[in-house]
Amino acid sequence: MANGEGGILVYIEVTEGRVNRASYEALRAGQLIGAETGQEVAAVLFGQGIEAAAAEIAARQLQTVHLVNDAALASYTADGMVRAFQQVIGQTKPALVLLSHTYEVRDFAPKLAASLGRVLTGDCIGYRVDGQDLVLTRQIFQGKMVADVVPTGEKPWFVSFQIGTFRGDECEAGTAAVALTSVTIDAGEIRQKPEQRFKEAKAAVDLTQAPLIVSVGRGIKEQKNIELVRKLSEALGAELSASRPICDNDWLPMDRQIGSSGQTVSPKLYLAVGISGAIQHLVGMKGARTIVAINRDKDAPIFEIADYGIVGDLFEIVPALTAEAEKNR
Amino acid sequence: MKIIVCLKQVPKNDSVLRVNDEGTWIQDRDLSYEINESDQYALEAALQLKEKVGGEVLALSLGPARVQTVIKEALARGADRGVHLDDEAFKGLDAYGVATVIAAAAKKEEAALVLTGLQSDDHGYAQTGVIIAEQLGVAHATIVMDVEVQEARLRVKRELESGYFQWVSLPLPAVLTIQSGINTLRYATLKGIMAAKKKEISHYDAATLGLAADQLAPRQKILRIYVPQKSKQTQFIEGTPAEVAARLLEKLKNEARVF
Ligand SMILES: Cc1cc2nc3c(=O)[nH]c(=O)nc-3n(C[C@H](O)[C@H](O)[C@H](O)COP(=O)(O)OP(=O)(O)OC[C@H]3O[C@@H](n4cnc5c(N)ncnc54)[C@H](O)[C@@H]3O)c2cc1C
Repeated sequence: MANGEGGILVYIEVTEGRVNRASYEALRAGQLIGAETGQEVAAVLFGQGIEAAAAEIAARQLQTVHLVNDAALASYTADGMVRAFQQVIGQTKPALVLLSHTYEVRDFAPKLAASLGRVLTGDCIGYRVDGQDLVLTRQIFQGKMVADVVPTGEKPWFVSFQIGTFRGDECEAGTAAVALTSVTIDAGEIRQKPEQRFKEAKAAVDLTQAPLIVSVGRGIKEQKNIELVRKLSEALGAELSASRPICDNDWLPMDRQIGSSGQTVSPKLYLAVGISGAIQHLVGMKGARTIVAINRDKDAPIFEIADYGIVGDLFEIVPALTAEAEKNR
Repeated sequence: MKIIVCLKQVPKNDSVLRVNDEGTWIQDRDLSYEINESDQYALEAALQLKEKVGGEVLALSLGPARVQTVIKEALARGADRGVHLDDEAFKGLDAYGVATVIAAAAKKEEAALVLTGLQSDDHGYAQTGVIIAEQLGVAHATIVMDVEVQEARLRVKRELESGYFQWVSLPLPAVLTIQSGINTLRYATLKGIMAAKKKEISHYDAATLGLAADQLAPRQKILRIYVPQKSKQTQFIEGTPAEVAARLLEKLKNEARVF
């Protein structure tokens, strides 16, 4: 990454007028990479009536906040976003575009990059500046391994970071200029017609207040084996929860799912049984005070965040734990 | 409706992964493979759409000869025809390259709908479907949980963050990336397996698809892969199951004080 050239453009996601907190992490990444490579940092926000969000970002240390205010961008669509973003890139000519790997970014960033003949280096968990290269670390095999990757094509490069990679609250404060940036979007070009966002009926089970949780993953193999883990949860007086594949299979109801598309919990104890520890699961439970993992694979990513680990066959360990817990009651 | 469903062959979920000699990918000898998880749900969604509105399901896979196992599995579950994309030039492509090849095949087949899983369990790029849409010049929606057909449009339910969902309508032709769990998978029956033997698999290489090498040139390079460094100190508890159970509960009580 040549010093000073190009600059960094950070994407700030705004939903219903509010800045997505994950965007502060992308901004923090921009500040760090900018400082290391001597590049200026700018940010861009798209929407309608989002001046307050722009002002909030302008109170951080960066050069310019590009505010794109357009009725066609009032609610998010992939087509509208890509059209608008392409024009901002054309006007500002950044060398690097940084984003947080949110659901929305997953929806449009690959298209944006491809429309410019680039590929997004997505869902990264770290970076290193090495001469002209920006070396990015990404998880592969659902976190069992990682890869060091470099974008090789022409700039701008597009990079998204996994949520939690940077601390958004460490963004340096400052004052930036807000620049009104206009784009032309023909509403007819937007093929997706979004309806209102909604939540499903409120979950019947609220796990967020549970002090003790026993959670089961695909290591349980079959539906009938869930009983083993249910017995353990009863013996410990804990709530029972699960990883997504268990709920996908209807082995336990959806409202017992933990993770990015389930509940987020922070119990005193989270005991994970046969759960590998994919990032989408970890985000839902990493706030637990004490984490225990039972897994037969010593390299399972869940051990990365476990306080206590048992490497072994859950079909031997869970019954033993249940017996011990019943003895202690 | 002519539907192409993209199926990636990935190492089985519980595979023991070993880094290759160059350090740039895993060793592929001794591995067993399966269909990428969310792609299986995409296949099921395709079969259910066909049952509802009629048409044809093409099971497409890009990769060496071994990926035909994936295609055959899909044919046994009910897909009508296979499409195998294989060429020396298709080796080691990034998401852009893979999507470019698949888009060329989808164009050749004049598919009305292309379905993919939302992300692969190996590279985890989560981009292939979206780039296919861009290369085809058609609309897309990602992380799809439900699909309704409304004449020349689709109405799909997207999963969003923080427990939100959203229905979005988009015109056909289109590309959708399917989330795991959207339906209940069917498995191949004996009858299905027999019927699959008579089904055709079309083979396309770079020349048949009219693809030049520079269109597929990688835009990203893997320098090396490795097992991540652990940052947290995990206390591993060892012993017989009974010993482990007693020690863990003792520690949870007296050290972590959770009870
Ligand atoms: C957009 C998106 C949203 C998602 N949302 C969520 C979410 O909210 N929640 C969620 O959980 N996932 C979610 N996922 C899925 C996530 O990526 C993983 O696929 C999932 O968490 C894996 O579940 P698992 O750990 O139970 O299964 P696996 O990854 O299959 O792990 C099973 C584990 O069991 C172990 N095991 C097997 N047999 C035994 C045995 N006999 N004894 C001991 N251990 C054994 C294995 O070693 C392995 O580590 C989402 C994915 C995407 C792309």
